[in-house]
Amino acid sequence: MTYFMLGAAFFIIVSMAIMLARLIGGPSLYDRILAVNSFGTKTVLFLCVFCFVIGRADGVDIAILYALMNFIATIAVLKFFNYRALNVGLVKSPENSETPS
Amino acid sequence: MMSLLFILAAEAPAASAGLSFNWPTLWAVLKNLITIVSVGAGIIFVLAGTIGVLRLPDFFTRLHAAGMTDTLGAELILIGLIFQADKVSAEPWQMIAKLLLVAFFLFVTSPTATHAIAHAAYRAGEKPLLGKWRAPEVD
Repeated sequence: MTYFMLGAAFFIIVSMAIMLARLIGGPSLYDRILAVNSFGTKTVLFLCVFCFVIGRADGVDIAILYALMNFIATIAVLKFFNYRALNVGLVKSPENSETPS
Repeated sequence: MMSLLFILAAEAPAASAGLSFNWPTLWAVLKNLITIVSVGAGIIFVLAGTIGVLRLPDFFTRLHAAGMTDTLGAELILIGLIFQADKVSAEPWQMIAKLLLVAFFLFVTSPTATHAIAHAAYRAGEKPLLGKWRAPEVD
C-alpha cells in the first residue's frame, strides 16, 4: 500500500507541475490567482498522501493549517486587487462609498 | 491482476489454516480495496481538472474545470485515506478526526474561493467567450 500511495503522490506532483505552467503563462491576473488556489489545494492533498507514504501522522496537522491559510490568502489577494488596499470594509457603508467598486 | 491481489492481501493478518471464513482478513482486504478505488478515482478527477485548466479556451471555463473537480477529487482522496488511518498512527480515531477536518475545510473553502474569484473577475471586466449569447449584468 506504501507504493500505491507513492504513485498517488507522484500523480499529484504531476498535476501541481501542470498548474505551475498555468501560473507562469496565464494570460490574466485571475488565471494566476486560480492557479495559486488550485496549487494550494493540491499541496494539501500531497501532504495528506505523503504522510501515509513515510508512515508518520504529523503531516495532517500542517495540511489543516495550509487549507485555512490558502483560503485566507486567496480572499486577501482578491480584495487587494479589487480595492488596491486592504483596510476597506467589505460592506458598503456611507463613509467608504467613494471607493471604486 | 496478480499484482493487484498481492497489494490487496499484503497487510492482511495471516489466515488461519482450514476453510473457516476469516473476518479480519476480509476486512483488511476490503479496506485496501476501498482505498485503491477511492484514491484512484480522486487522482483521475484531479488530473482531469488540471488538464482542463491547461487546455480550455476561456477564463471562466478554466475556473469551472478547476473548481468542480478539485472539490470532488479532494474529498475522494481524503475518504480513501481515512480507511488507512491505522497504518500510521497508534490512535486511529485521532487521525480520522484530523482527516475529516481537512475534508470539511476543503469542502467549505474551495467553492467559496472559486465563487470569489469568478465574481471579482467578472466585476473587473474579464470577458467570457459567449458567441451569440449575452452575459447578465452584475452591479
